[in-house]
Amino acid sequence: MSSIAKKKGFGATVWDYMTTVDHKKIAVMYLVAGTLFFVLGGIEALLMRIQLVQPNNDFVSAGFFNQLMTMHGTTMIFLAAMPLLFAFMNAVVPLQIGARDVAFPFLNSLGFWLFFFGGVFLNLSWFLGGAPDAGWTSYASLSLYSEGHGIDFYVLGLQVSGAGTLISGINFLVTIINMRAPGMTYMRMPLFTWTTFVASALILFAFPPLTIGLALMLFDRMFGANFFDHTMGGNTIIWEHLFWIFGHPEVYILVLPAFGLFSEIFATFSRKRLFGYSSMVFATILIGFLGFMVWAHHMFTVGLGATANAIFAVATMLIAVPTGMKVFNWLLTMWGGSIKVTVPMLYALGFIPSFVAGGVTGVMQAAAPLDYQLHDSYFIVAHFHYVIVGGIVLALFGSAHYYWPLMFNQMLSEKLGKITFWLFFIGFHCTFFVQHFLGLMGMPRRVATYLDNQGWDTFNLISTVGAFLMAIGVLTLVINVIITAVKNEKVGRDPWGDGRTLEWAIPQPVPFYNFRQTPLVRGLDTYWIEKQEGNTEGMTYAEPLGDIHMPNNSIIPFVMSVGLFIASFGALYNMDADKGWSIYLLIGGLLITFISMFVRSAKDDHGYHLHVEDIIAEEERLYGKKGGHE
Amino acid sequence: MMKGLKKWRLFGLLATLTVFLSACGEEYLSTLTPAGKVGEQQFNLLILSTAIMAFVIIVVCAIYLISFFKFRRSVVGENVIPKQVEGSHTLEVIWTVIPVILLLILAVPTVTATYKLGDTSGMDAVDENGDKQALTVNVTAKLYWWEFEYPDLGIVTAQELVVPTGENVYFNLIAADVKHSFWIPAVGGKMDTNVENLNKFYLEFGEESADLQEGVFYGKCAELCGPSHALMDFKVKTLARDDFDTWVSAMQNTADRPVATDVQAGEQAFVDNACISCHATDATAVTPDNPYASNAVGPNLATFGDRSRVAGILEHTEEEVVNWLKHSDDIKPGNLMPVYEDVPEEELEAIAAYLMSLSVEE
Repeated sequence: MSSIAKKKGFGATVWDYMTTVDHKKIAVMYLVAGTLFFVLGGIEALLMRIQLVQPNNDFVSAGFFNQLMTMHGTTMIFLAAMPLLFAFMNAVVPLQIGARDVAFPFLNSLGFWLFFFGGVFLNLSWFLGGAPDAGWTSYASLSLYSEGHGIDFYVLGLQVSGAGTLISGINFLVTIINMRAPGMTYMRMPLFTWTTFVASALILFAFPPLTIGLALMLFDRMFGANFFDHTMGGNTIIWEHLFWIFGHPEVYILVLPAFGLFSEIFATFSRKRLFGYSSMVFATILIGFLGFMVWAHHMFTVGLGATANAIFAVATMLIAVPTGMKVFNWLLTMWGGSIKVTVPMLYALGFIPSFVAGGVTGVMQAAAPLDYQLHDSYFIVAHFHYVIVGGIVLALFGSAHYYWPLMFNQMLSEKLGKITFWLFFIGFHCTFFVQHFLGLMGMPRRVATYLDNQGWDTFNLISTVGAFLMAIGVLTLVINVIITAVKNEKVGRDPWGDGRTLEWAIPQPVPFYNFRQTPLVRGLDTYWIEKQEGNTEGMTYAEPLGDIHMPNNSIIPFVMSVGLFIASFGALYNMDADKGWSIYLLIGGLLITFISMFVRSAKDDHGYHLHVEDIIAEEERLYGKKGGHE
Repeated sequence: MMKGLKKWRLFGLLATLTVFLSACGEEYLSTLTPAGKVGEQQFNLLILSTAIMAFVIIVVCAIYLISFFKFRRSVVGENVIPKQVEGSHTLEVIWTVIPVILLLILAVPTVTATYKLGDTSGMDAVDENGDKQALTVNVTAKLYWWEFEYPDLGIVTAQELVVPTGENVYFNLIAADVKHSFWIPAVGGKMDTNVENLNKFYLEFGEESADLQEGVFYGKCAELCGPSHALMDFKVKTLARDDFDTWVSAMQNTADRPVATDVQAGEQAFVDNACISCHATDATAVTPDNPYASNAVGPNLATFGDRSRVAGILEHTEEEVVNWLKHSDDIKPGNLMPVYEDVPEEELEAIAAYLMSLSVEE
């Protein structure tokens, strides 16, 4: 029933993870799956950089290059960055707000498995006739023209994993609204919780347009629906709008949690309260709102007309204001603080210049007439990698080091961590800085090769060298993880010594019910307040020790996702005239999913109660006989 | 500490190098060497925005470096508990207002230029005789080649755009199959060729291309359009108005050009192998007026001998023409031209010689 009984064999552990609804275990699964896809996307990037190391190279064919390019973008955004952020959201947010779990633990598990099977489905395209090749934007005229099943893998895979993301987003919204501990008012929520909250709201509004776009595309390909076929009265520009109405907020869905993570790191390692907390919250909401108002800046050259371009240009520039506020607040958090340069702080320090560089080129592109030159050139490639790698990936790496002790009760090596940082950081600037100039020098993006004598050779070579430095950096991180796991040195509570928020107040290892008693939050940076007042317990409790209501594990989310996975293959092969069997796959898969849903609905699952003696027994098992604390 | 400095130097490059490297890139291809008013206007915006952003970067850098070096734990002491400052309204106002002012400085010229560059009313301006005053070119982008039709002059060409200097040239842009994007980096920003609607914009070509390395500006397809997207190049020849007029009348007289005796065998082979069914050799062979894309199957070859590249990318030699005829599927994967591997070598060579003789410039 519960996960009280430990000491399990390998099979039992696997079963435990397949059925778990514990946010901490789901976080680990997101971390593992996200890392796996991150490495895949990285390998795709390396192959592309090898192809572009010199002019007229024939390391990969042009068609294969387009598949690599498409899968690199799709994988990195949907299958690496998003799940890795979800890993930290799952690991940290419930603890930060003093909750025993997310609002819907079952849905949390379902969200993960949908994402995972969607991602696996998408990547199986490599072995089943070729990956999608119309770019991660999959613009309609090209994606309808594309032969084979690549685009179908894209459409179905993203549909399934997108459903998972939407579910997770809603779950976090409800969790943050409803599950906060007593005293945890909105304006006492740590900034990572705030950014998760706003990002989840963005998910709620941004993913439906993508779902619609994908559904229309699916109808076009499965049933010849002609939504995007202009010869039949369809319109491809509608796809571009739908995609970017999703696609631009998506950028903020990714970067806002990254901002939140850095806000935690800056405050912790400056040993100082986040400067301008309320303006940071305000800026987060404002960025989230403006993020929906600017999608057409991806379409300045589509021919929307001068008025549309002018409006979207100015709206885009506006985003620089709240973003600038954030940067200055981080700087002022350091100002007057006591800065300790740990590995997470190193990433935060590297983030500021990198992200500012990405931000200012964003403002440059907002100037529509200038963007006519920059659009679809390597300048854009440089810009969004500065934002995504310089903002999001640095946040993910920094937070991996920062939250490793929280998630695994171990500390990654600081020495190796610094090596990782410098390799990755220098490699990153080396790869992408020169790409600004390649773009200005007339190199279009998404080119599988380029002719010589165009003045692009040197910078492309530099860029490829940088990509390898980044790869070596990632390798050292993996080595660091392995060494740390093998050493398995436990570090205990608040290993950084300067933890400020509630998640650091919990004794390590975190028991599966998180808080034996729900904490009482007495201000921003709760744990810091308690520490300053000499409370060795780390928190004030809002309730006496009592029974805890816990959810049951369930295999249903897994089965439900497998059903959709099977149905996706049915839908995909149903487009071939000679594969009549596919309809059974489609119906069978959907049946599995619907039956699972029915079982879940019809069979009451009230969870179980963890009694006081169970809690005391568990704490003795975890922390030894300390007599507990009443 | 030195490591920290290094990173900053790297970063400061963004500001300084943009100006410093503006001499960078090839004259016929780089946006940093604009040849024409549109490109110059965009380049000026680049300089203005870079300057503003350099200012922002310098301010951020200064605060960053000072706070980093002044407030490290090794400097302030291990056990110091810093004052827990909540924030500062004054500072919040400052770093809201100043960026807004900076953005206004950028926004005003941006909006002005957006409207100016979006104004294609000059396309339809007529003189007292009712003749169009400005040159209009209908551009049709097709899988890996470009067609340029001059509707008011009754001529058509492909792969090499020929335009007069010193005046606004208007473009109607459309794609015949999948979306492409029309970009001449050294002359001005791009405009997409959509499949369902006509896009209009204008460029101004500031200098004659004869002095450039290959005598042409480079044009690019900027929107992913399939495997050979990277190879969908075109070239632009800019001529003084007089030379352009000469070129136009030469083009208008290509209907029944005599074929030189030494390439007549090639012409015969061109017909026998049905090349003629896709490729016109007559620049007046304009396709019927169509609100949508031109329906020409293959590029018009009337000026083949004048071009600087075969298929937009290969060297302009007869050997490469033969190479293209035999291996076009390898050279530009995904293109729609059949392969002529089985045609005897001498016939292909004859075709190549014939094509090279098609010229209006001599």
